Order: sequence, then C-alpha cells, then structure tokens
Amino acid sequence: MYIIEMRGITKEFPGVVANDDITLQLKKGEIHALLGENGAGKSTLMSVLFGLYKPERGHIYKNGEEIRITGPNDATRLGIGMVHQHFKLVHNFTVLENIVLGVETTKNGVLQMKDARERVLALSKQYGLEIDIDKEVGDITVGMQQRVEILKMLYRQNEILIFDEPTAVLTPQEIESLMQTMKGLAAEGRSILFITHKLDEIKQVADRCTVLRKGKLIGTVDVPTTSKEELSEMMVGRKVVLSLDKAEAHVGERILEVRNLSLKNKGSEKNKLTNVSFDVNAGEIVCVAGIEGNGQTDLVYALTGLTPPDSGTVTMMGKDITRMGIRSRGKLGMAHIPEDRHKHGLILDYTLAYNAILERYYTPQFQTCGFLKQGEIHAYADRLIERFDIRSGCGADTVTRSMSGGNQQKVIVGREIDRDPHLLIAVQPTRGLDVGAIEYIHKQLLKQRDEGKAVLLVSLELEEVMNISDRILVMYEGEIVADVDPKAVTYQELGLYMAGAKREVGR
Amino acid sequence: MKKRRFSGESGLSVLSSGVAVIAGLVVGLIILLITDASQAFPAFRSILTFGLQSSRNFGEVLFFATPIILTGLSVGFAYKTGLFNIGASGQFTFGAYVAIYIGVEATFLPPAIRIIASLLGAMLAGALWAAIPGLLKAYRNVHEVISCIMTNWIGIFLVNWLILNTIFDAMRNSTRHVPVDANMPGWGLGAFFQGDALRPSSVNSGIIVAIVAAILVYIILEKTKFGYELKACGFNQNAAKYAGINEKRNIIFSMMISGALAGLAGALHFLSGAGITMNVANVLAPQGFTGISVALLGLNNPIGIIFAGILIAYLHLGGFQMQLFGFVPEIIEIVIAVIIYFCAFVLLIKLFFANRAKRAPLPDPPVSAGPPPGEGMDPPPDER
Repeated sequence: MYIIEMRGITKEFPGVVANDDITLQLKKGEIHALLGENGAGKSTLMSVLFGLYKPERGHIYKNGEEIRITGPNDATRLGIGMVHQHFKLVHNFTVLENIVLGVETTKNGVLQMKDARERVLALSKQYGLEIDIDKEVGDITVGMQQRVEILKMLYRQNEILIFDEPTAVLTPQEIESLMQTMKGLAAEGRSILFITHKLDEIKQVADRCTVLRKGKLIGTVDVPTTSKEELSEMMVGRKVVLSLDKAEAHVGERILEVRNLSLKNKGSEKNKLTNVSFDVNAGEIVCVAGIEGNGQTDLVYALTGLTPPDSGTVTMMGKDITRMGIRSRGKLGMAHIPEDRHKHGLILDYTLAYNAILERYYTPQFQTCGFLKQGEIHAYADRLIERFDIRSGCGADTVTRSMSGGNQQKVIVGREIDRDPHLLIAVQPTRGLDVGAIEYIHKQLLKQRDEGKAVLLVSLELEEVMNISDRILVMYEGEIVADVDPKAVTYQELGLYMAGAKREVGR
Repeated sequence: MKKRRFSGESGLSVLSSGVAVIAGLVVGLIILLITDASQAFPAFRSILTFGLQSSRNFGEVLFFATPIILTGLSVGFAYKTGLFNIGASGQFTFGAYVAIYIGVEATFLPPAIRIIASLLGAMLAGALWAAIPGLLKAYRNVHEVISCIMTNWIGIFLVNWLILNTIFDAMRNSTRHVPVDANMPGWGLGAFFQGDALRPSSVNSGIIVAIVAAILVYIILEKTKFGYELKACGFNQNAAKYAGINEKRNIIFSMMISGALAGLAGALHFLSGAGITMNVANVLAPQGFTGISVALLGLNNPIGIIFAGILIAYLHLGGFQMQLFGFVPEIIEIVIAVIIYFCAFVLLIKLFFANRAKRAPLPDPPVSAGPPPGEGMDPPPDER
C-alpha cells in the first residue's frame, strides 16, 4: 500500500511528451527523491500531482483509492503540500499572517489570530523551526522564509510534503538543518517528495529515489544500496565524471580592474555596494560567492553597464569603461551570461536563431544594408545547435519560450562563448541545470580559462565555487569580505564568511 | 515541416477572425430584432451585402478603408514594438492639417509636387506629434497611453486654433478647399469602380498608398535589422538593453513611425478629392480609434490590417444604409460597435481553436500552445 501512487501518467505538450507512462510510488514515512535532468519531466509530474496539469492518461491513488485532483485546492484537501522553488509568500505580511493565509479562523467575520499564534508557536517549537513570528516576511532571511513555507504545510496538517529544489538558496549550515528537519518529519510518519539534482543530498536523506530522463521513467532504486555514480548514470544516460580534471592556472595579464565601486540604495541608508575592489587576470577563474541578494547582482550590473555605479572605476584591458555603453563593452571583448535568462538573456518570443544573434545582429555577418540575412542567421544558429547540443522542437525556428530551461541556458552560454571574449562574466550559469549540462558548462568555462581568457563567475552553489575557481571572493551585504584560495579554505569557513559571521583580516 | 507550421498558424488566425466577425454579426442582428423586428432582416441584409451590390459601392468601401488601414497600421506597428499608440487620433488631425495647409497655400509648387509635399508634411507632422509621448516614455517613463490621450486633445484644440488663424473658411466653419489638382490623383480607380451609376466612386490612389505602406511596414518589421531591434524592445526591453540596443531611441523612433502613418492617414482622408474639409469642432477624429479595432482584427499583422480595414469600412458603409429602413444612427453605431467589439474576442477564439487542435489526435500538432505573444489586445506590459 502506498500513500500516493501515480500510475501510468502521460502528459504531452505540443511536440514533446513531458511524461511518458510514469509510475511513482510514495510510501508512508519515507523520503523519496525525484531525480532528473532539466526537462526530464519532474516539474510536470509534480504539477500533475498538484492538479495544475491534467494528464492525458494515468491515474492517481491515495491509500489505494483513486483520487481526482483538478486544482491546488484539491491537493490541499488531500493533504498534499509543496514548498515551491520560488517561495509563494506575501512580503508585506508578517510570518504569522503568511502561515494562516487561506485557512484563517474567523468569528463573525473577525480574525482569531490568538489561537493561530499559539498553534504556530507550538509547531515551531516541536519541529525546531525557528521563526520571528511578527516580522514581515520581506525582512527575514531566505532560510527563514523557507521555514515559514514548511510551517505553512504543517499548519495545514499536510501529510505529503513536496520540496522543489529546496537547497538552492541556502548556506551549508542552513542546508544541514533543513536535512535534519526533513528526517524528523519523515520519522513521525509524513511522506516527503524531494525534487533535486544534487546527488549528495539524496545520499544524505533519501530512502528511495525515482529517476526520470527525457520524460521517461528510468527506475526507482533504494538509495543506500546505490552509488552516486550509478545515480548520475541513470539520470544522464551515460557515465559522468563527477570531479573535474583541472590543470594549473596560468595567470596572465590583468584584464579587469575594479576600484572602490559603490552604489547607493535609494531610500535606504545602506549601500548596495560599498568600496568593492578586485582584479581578474587572464587565465584564471575568479568566483564571487555569497548568499543571494548580497550585492552580486548589482556588482554584475555595474561591470556590464546595465546600471552604472555611483562612484569608483571599472577598467578593462587598460581602458576606463565605467561609463561605457553596453555594446562598446561587448566590442572590447566582454561577454555576459546573465543571472536571469528570461529577463535579460533571451527574447522569449523570438526564435532560437534570432536569440543566437542577439548581440551581433548588426554585424556585416548577419545583415547587409539593414536587411537581415536569414540564410546566414539560420546557418549560424544551426552551428550553435550542433556545437552546444541544444535540443528544441523545431531547430533554429523554435520559439525560445517553448524550450526547456536547460536548453535556453545552452543558447545563452553558446552564444556568449562563441563571441570569443577576453572576459567572460558568468552569473549562475548552471542554475537549474542537470548534472550533464553542468559538467558541460564547467568544462567550457575551464576551456575558456585555459585559452587565456579571464572568467568571473558568480555562483551561489558552494560546490561549484570550490571545484572550479582559482580564487574566491565572498560578498556580504555589498562588500567583499574575503579573498581566499579555494585550496586553503573549508566549506564551513566559507559558510561563515557568507553569513557575515567572519571577515578576513586586513581588509 | 516549417512551411506547414506557418500555414497552420496563419490558417488559425484567419479562422478565428472569421468566427469573431460572424459572432458579432449575430449579436448585431439580435439588437436589430429587439429594436424593430419587422425591418431587422432587410436592414441586416444591407449591412451584409451593400458593399458588394455594385462595383461603385465597393469603390466607396475602399475609399473609407484608406485612412483606417493607415491608422490600423499605426496602432499595429506601435503594438509590435511594445507600445500602445492610442494617440493616432491626434496624429491624424495634425497630419491632416499640415496636408491641407500645404495643399491650399503652397500654390508656388506644381500640383504633383504639392501632393507629395502634402503627404510628406503630414507624415512629418504626425511623427513630431507622436514624438512627444515617445520622449516622455523614453526619458521620464510616462506611460504612453496617458500622454497619448492628452496629446489627442491638445492636438484638436491646437489644430482648431491653427485653422482659425490660417486657412479658415468662415462660411463653412472649416478649412478652405484644397484645389482639385492638389488632391490625390484617381488613377482611373474611381472610374473603374463606378458600376451602373455612371458616376465615379470616391476611391483614389490613396488606397494604393495605404497598401504600399502596409507592405513596407511588413518588410521593416520582419526583414530588417531595424525591425529586429524594434521588436526586441517591444518583447523584452531588458534583454534589448542587455544586447546593447538603445531602447530609449527605439521607443522614440517607433512612436514617430507610428505617428507618421497616422499623419499620412489624415492627409489621404482629406486630400481624397471627395470635397471633404476639416471642420472646426471639438471632436476627436474617429479614425484614430477605429484604427485600434482594425489593428486588433488584423492581429497586428500589416497584411491582415489591409483586410481588416476593408472589412470594417464595408460594415460601416452597409450600416449607413440602414437609415433607409428607419433605424436611427445611434442604433447603427451600436450594431457596428458590437461587431467590432466581438472582433476583440478574436484572440480568445484563437486560443479555443488552438486548444481543440491540441487535444485532437493530429499527427502534426500546432506548435504554439497559446496565442502568439505580441498580438494581444491588452496594452503591452510596462517594464516590470
């Protein structure tokens, strides 16, 4: 008997079968990992379970009885709760208000918050989920926001809990405590579905693991008896080298020189950036680590010209580019893989081919006398598709909106690397990608480095930071608080820098 | 594969536009039945058939279609680039004034040159008038809908004042007549569409200008580097900026081109040789707003806009004939408005067909799940 059983689920979208005859069986009290590359169909499957999509075929059973889920309200009624990757919280409500939102107790139309408060405090204490109950959600840390999301599910007495990539935004210490919480919840009989692509985390907490690949079910395995290598092979379909072969860096001339960069925050005393100074040299990968929202975005905007800084200078290859336009920076040899591929990186309503030429459409290669050379553009896009293994429904003519996140990212990465830059600024280039794609992008970054390019990588993933970088800069509240060698620093130390608990002396 | 996808997609557009028109006609008929059941059917027949009863009538349809095709292009072009130009009315009025002024006053120019000068002057006037909301949007982030509405009214009053002080004909409370030889030439079109009446219809070379303009707009948007930039700004201003495109400049250019098209509409309307002059009245030019319907019905596609403009002109002309059956103009306007209103549902209907086609077990499913973006009826989203 399974608490939730999804049997033979098939869900098609135009041109793709997102789920092809998938069966997922969740036992009561287990932590069940759902592993798969991007576009493998994990999110689709969970959306079916949550009632957001109606599958073409297949049935869902709860405790052996068939159930019909037509919307999130049904899911909640059946005791299914979900912590979404991007939290669904109201920022100007307090923690308490967020937790009771939607299930408020009222008496004659008046809210009864006192009972709710007691229940929330009791739950918080019982599960060790520490919260500031009266603070506005906009003012608390990401880690605490996640605890609020978990409490939301517990408050609704959900017994099936879905965690969608929950560790992406957390520090190592926070991840550790989340893992403990998950174990505790499972121990008292709740069932957890844990969507992830981080093999370490699966090994750490999960009992069983279901692997999807390209919409198909590859299998369900017992985690303790399966190695990481086996798991990744199931996921990717081939052997994956989990550790990177990295040659020694051959550091060359200075490419980027940043001095005393500051950016004010309108309406606040605190600066977004305060006196940021560092260099990036040819032939090295410098990594900016830190928890999301500590000024990394503003730093990149200042370097790439999206938002000019208030003071300080940016010099690239001996030229002062602080006030230079974005296109001129590109011509000087700066390429930029942006943090938000939907906001900056792509024009989603353009085809793959049109996005491939986004920064170069005006060059003689792609236009003559103001007319676009469609043939050239297509040929170029096809080359990019070939070289970077970009998969899409209709090749170069695919509208990028309809592509999976990983393939959208490959379009951007391919396009930027193909510009043959002197300086590559890559902001979370592997965010939301699967092991295969991450491996590929890491190799590309290393190749850039070995070819004598300067690479500035902004990443939230500590493992990525440790594995790939030649130098680590840690940002905390708009300042660089550490400049360290990855070989001489531990995860724990980095975590402390990132949380602002430690500062490198002498800066 | 590529070809089929394309034909499937545009087939769907034509189908949904057709259904929208038919639904609108049915509701229009119901209103007629409620108002006066005995005359409803003959009146309705006149809406449906009048435009085709003789070639002369069709010539009139083309004559009425000329300005609204251009205002439709004006709105549609702006929409493709992410702007909602509700100010076509004011740009139309400004263009019309400059065209008439040149036609009346620039007698030192030979007629053929004067016509060209009128058209160019009208386009320039429309462009400059539209540049104001463009500049405000680009540099002050003022939403173009607000500033366009304001420039509409400012335009009307300014033009009234200009007429009173320059080319005013006090007898008729309007502008003076443009001499016949400074109007758009007929190129035999009026005689070609004259039917049995032995009296040429008002259609003239203006309709050719409108169609050429539509084709040019199509080429600019789909084939050129400039169109690539403009649409990029329209779809995603942030990504356009990231790509090094000067998005402020593009907003201004886009508004100016849009305004030039509306200004040209004004010129062609008043230089048609049909003896229309511009009255001094505090009324916004309706062609500017009809242009919004035309653009919607044509799904913002320049070629679709040509047909949408002709269709709406056809309905208007047939509608006028309903007066013969005792319907007051207000009811006629309501019926036409209802039809146009239904046309706005075209996207909804398209979505419906797209979903049905998706569900049906077709070997070759349509590619787009939703309506193609950038062809919506909502004003384009402001930058987030």
